[in-house]
Amino acid sequence: MASSPNDSPMSPTQAAILSKVQPAELVEQPLVTNDRDFNWVTNKICRIVETKTPTWWWVCMAVALLTASFTGMGLAYLVSTGVGVWGLANPINWGWAIVNFVFWIGIGHAGTLISAVLCLLKQGWRTSINRAAEAMTIFAVICAGIFPLFHVGRIWFAWWLFPLPNANAIWPQFRSPLEWDVFAVSTYGTVSVLFWYMGMIPDLGVLRDRAVQRLKSGIHEGAGWLTKGMDVFRKYFYGIFAMGWRNAGNHWRNYEMAYLVLAGLSTPLVLSVHTIVSFDFAVAQLPGWHTTIFPPYFVAGAIFSGFGMVLTLMLPLRAVYGLHDLITQRHIDNMCKICLGTGSIVGYAYIMEFFIAWYGANPYESFAFINRGFGQYSWAYYMMFGCNVFTPQLFWFSAVRRNAALVWVMSIFINVGMWFERFVITVTSLANDFLPSSWGYYSPTIVDIFTFFGTFGVFSVLFLMFVRFLPLMPIGEVKYVMPQGDPHGPSDHVKGGHH
Amino acid sequence: MSKTHAIIASFPDTPSLYHAAEKVRDAGYKKWDTYSSFPVHGMPAAQGQPRSKVPIFTFCGGLTGFSIGLSIVWFMNFFDYPLIVGGKPFFSPVFPFPIMYELTILLSAFGTLGGMFITNLLPQHYNPFFESDTFLEVAGDRLLIAIEARDSKFDAQNTRQFLESIGGTDIEEITA
Repeated sequence: MASSPNDSPMSPTQAAILSKVQPAELVEQPLVTNDRDFNWVTNKICRIVETKTPTWWWVCMAVALLTASFTGMGLAYLVSTGVGVWGLANPINWGWAIVNFVFWIGIGHAGTLISAVLCLLKQGWRTSINRAAEAMTIFAVICAGIFPLFHVGRIWFAWWLFPLPNANAIWPQFRSPLEWDVFAVSTYGTVSVLFWYMGMIPDLGVLRDRAVQRLKSGIHEGAGWLTKGMDVFRKYFYGIFAMGWRNAGNHWRNYEMAYLVLAGLSTPLVLSVHTIVSFDFAVAQLPGWHTTIFPPYFVAGAIFSGFGMVLTLMLPLRAVYGLHDLITQRHIDNMCKICLGTGSIVGYAYIMEFFIAWYGANPYESFAFINRGFGQYSWAYYMMFGCNVFTPQLFWFSAVRRNAALVWVMSIFINVGMWFERFVITVTSLANDFLPSSWGYYSPTIVDIFTFFGTFGVFSVLFLMFVRFLPLMPIGEVKYVMPQGDPHGPSDHVKGGHH
Repeated sequence: MSKTHAIIASFPDTPSLYHAAEKVRDAGYKKWDTYSSFPVHGMPAAQGQPRSKVPIFTFCGGLTGFSIGLSIVWFMNFFDYPLIVGGKPFFSPVFPFPIMYELTILLSAFGTLGGMFITNLLPQHYNPFFESDTFLEVAGDRLLIAIEARDSKFDAQNTRQFLESIGGTDIEEITA
């Protein structure tokens, strides 16, 4: 146990300087505000799934289902007719499908960053947002997966992507980044589900025990059969998935080790996924794609867009469920600062691409970039640059970070900007390649548009189901960072002493 | 016909649970545990528990994944159906590295989750503890220590007195 900084011995010079400067005490903002106790936290999080379904939920669900049906219709039309219903035409044979895939998979990255990287960095503020962010990851991967799956056209052959024996006796070609992508994305989806599920086991146990408590206490006497029936359902539904979790010290010991190991595994995984996605482009020898900056630039962009989406989702949830004591201003500040940091990296990458295009003295490469800025797609380029480079710079100002409505609007800008980034990368390089005689202009069809906008519905349906039926925050982890959860007493925490 | 399964005692706050656990450990009990709805920092040491064995399962999973990744690429693109791509060698450990990397992580993750279940002896959907109303309150804010009857030092009278002496309240017998 390290002693707090105040106890460490100081040299006379240090002491003299400190007495002159009189530094202000660094006050650590609490992660759970208003002195809440354990029961308040348990109730706050459990009541979200235990009380009657709110009306807004039904309204949102109806809208989400309606929107999702657009994806259903778009895909049904595609499968029954052929990929020609999309706007793909020579020379642009990679259009919205890949753009949407990269967009959604990028969104997922913030969830893993919060649950894994911030866990390894011992960032206590991750606790209240990590569950929802991980859910976002999984649902975003599902939305992403739709596009590569269906862009093959004959979806019933999609299983050929996997190394399974087939009637042609041909195996996948493992030198292709697209095949690496199959492994990266399916591993990413699977590991995210495992991590999410394991983190949820103790909370499912809590929900199970509360349902059993209510059933035993007989508070259902006189209440409708539905109220009791729901608790019986909860007892078994949460009970089965809680696997008999008993909150024992021994359970926690192995759980915490497993959690740490999964965080350690997910960290290189999340970095590898968008790196491999960027290889889809960077390994091709096309001007504008064939650059070594792609892997780090894609990973930073993914985290940037993902945090944008976390803000888009968490700010309304915080307002609707009154979670201000759990998702505090400190949480929002930190998320905004990560947007600022990663947004600046993305901006740096945009500028560096231009510099290298000039410095590399390759006429095709120079053309590709001049064409991005001043060619037929320059409107998309400025959309991207404006949203991704200028928007996050406002997060330097605490007044901006404190204005939840403004932060929410800016998070939408980030989402839009990052979609355009993928559009610019994919389409501009393909539309104007080496031979001017084969240049073209890409426009999406109505089917493209329906299918993509519908995925927001698919995502929302899944997220609404999550909010309604599963614990929104890891209860145990939130209690762990509260002063009352400290085995050495609350006083230690207030000073910010860490051990 | 019911038989004592364990004796449980409640503690008012996290520090008192932590210090009581140290005393149970020092008294030489082996089959006992603390119960709290959140992990307590440093509790494994206070309970005298060794380091978790979960990483062994992770390692086995990872090794399996790496070997599978290496061997499927060798088998598929070199042995079973040599694939000519740009006149390059049929096999090298470099180009399939992403495959090996991803499968290592995938099976390590399965190993880790499986290891957590195995080391915790889960799933175990029934346990005598679930019958106790006091035990169910752990889900809220109750903090417990339970000493099980199968411990060689267990004695219904002495153990109860011992738990009282270290500050335990609401002492209760769990029957099975």
